Amino acid sequence: MSTVETVVRLAYLAAATCFVLGLHLMNTPATARRGNRLSIAGMLLAVAATLVLLVDSGDTSPAGWIVLAAGAVVGSVAGLWAARAVPMTAMPQLVSLFNAVGGGAAALVAIPELAPPADAASVRVPAALDVVIGALTFAGSLVAAGKLQGLVPGRPVLFPGARVVGGALAVIGAVAAGVLVRGYGGGAAVAVLAAAALALGVALVLPIGGADMPVVISLLNACTGTAVAMAGFVTDNSVLVVAGALVGASGAILTALMAAAMNRSLAAILLGGYGTGDGASGPSGSGGAPVRAVTADDAAIQLAYARRVVVVPGYGLAAAQAQHALHELATVLSARGTEVTYAIHPVAGRMPGHMNVLLAEANIPYSDMQELDAANAALPLADVALVVGANDVTNPAARRPGNAISGMPILDVDRAAAVIVVKRSMGHGYAGIDNELYTDPKTGMLFADARAGLAALTAAVKTLVG
Amino acid sequence: MSAELLATLSIFLLALLVGFEVIGKVPATLHTPLMSATNAIHGVILVGAMLVASVAETTADYALGFVVTAFAAMNVVGGYVVTDRMLGMFRAPEASR
Repeated sequence: MSTVETVVRLAYLAAATCFVLGLHLMNTPATARRGNRLSIAGMLLAVAATLVLLVDSGDTSPAGWIVLAAGAVVGSVAGLWAARAVPMTAMPQLVSLFNAVGGGAAALVAIPELAPPADAASVRVPAALDVVIGALTFAGSLVAAGKLQGLVPGRPVLFPGARVVGGALAVIGAVAAGVLVRGYGGGAAVAVLAAAALALGVALVLPIGGADMPVVISLLNACTGTAVAMAGFVTDNSVLVVAGALVGASGAILTALMAAAMNRSLAAILLGGYGTGDGASGPSGSGGAPVRAVTADDAAIQLAYARRVVVVPGYGLAAAQAQHALHELATVLSARGTEVTYAIHPVAGRMPGHMNVLLAEANIPYSDMQELDAANAALPLADVALVVGANDVTNPAARRPGNAISGMPILDVDRAAAVIVVKRSMGHGYAGIDNELYTDPKTGMLFADARAGLAALTAAVKTLVG
Repeated sequence: MSAELLATLSIFLLALLVGFEVIGKVPATLHTPLMSATNAIHGVILVGAMLVASVAETTADYALGFVVTAFAAMNVVGGYVVTDRMLGMFRAPEASR
């Protein structure tokens, strides 16, 4: 091994260490940003070391350098622009889009290794896996991002024979992969393999409802990690192997945690056919039970004289971008000595922790945000629970067997002394069932858009307390 | 199986275990930034993209090299910037009151 090569390998080792330590620092909000920056430092080191390797080998033609630089600049500018411009509510689809290009890149890296019919099986096996997983992730992530953005219907798209088509695609892909691994290679087999994997990615994600998309995105993220690790085997590059495996493992864990928070098995999610993502337009009505509608003034009186208020934000708040309006109301209440905390269900918003990000955007300190267990300990002591656009995660029906959300962990909002629900209509959540919280005698329904409703509440509280 | 492949496999397996260990303890508050951060980390495929682009000889190679580096660079830069943007919003209680 030449000196340069040794130095480069040590740099890769240091970069991998930065990735591990960086992820470790993301254990707490206080050090998370430092962790991310350490990870960035690792990435810069890995890229710099690779540049040194390329310059040292001298294999790169002038045109090659131009192509490399042009690709890096175009990609960086596009990524930077997208990351800066996108609103926080659209974060999940952006993450999915970045995941798509990562998977695409991983698949493309392996293609030159597969096309010539030479090389050992130890290269061809990971190369074939890389193309399959990478292409599948690329197509699947694009469909997932499209669903969240509303470009592709959020409802499960099912057509007769979908399973047969999926099965056929899998068989075609497996045959092409087998041919390639045996070394009979050729561009045609690579093209068939990539096309089958792309189509399979679309066929897998289309039947899954928008509400399950976060879990799917996390799973696809794990897949990209695995594809990157495979690319590491192909190019015999340790930093790709380590970073890819890290992402593959962490993505798998996140996926499992998210599926558990929604009380859905991964298999059920992947089989699809459930969850539309946006529940506002479901059949209205509440089975005839009376609903008590309140005005902003009534609700403001309750809030103004409460000692403890627990806010339960949900997707309705995120959709209306009402996090700043919420913070304003909380500030007015806090100024009166009311203790305001936020009860956050793991799947509130569009991704686990997405709601925390939205509230943080509105300057709400993370120490005021309570996770499920802490929130459920606090709710029975609360004078008022203020539910803003959360539906299924507050439905007491989850405690009973025999319905769509049975067994799902919920926030025990019905145990607070009084409940105010800000919601546009009696429409259903994505589980499509009545929420009996709304017909509870101690619940007042404030029918309004989250942002308008919260602004009205704030104004009313201010008038009350002069 | 060559010694080199065996060594790489060992690294792969150990990195998987480290990944499981490190993520299991992260609170739900940070799950979205974490997903975004790991998303940025797999952008390290940029290293592979550079290796592919650097040995290009034909026009098709150059086209492939351009697309693969652009994709990977977008993944890296976008992923890290958006994660940093999210994490920058998390404030300690003292700072915001």
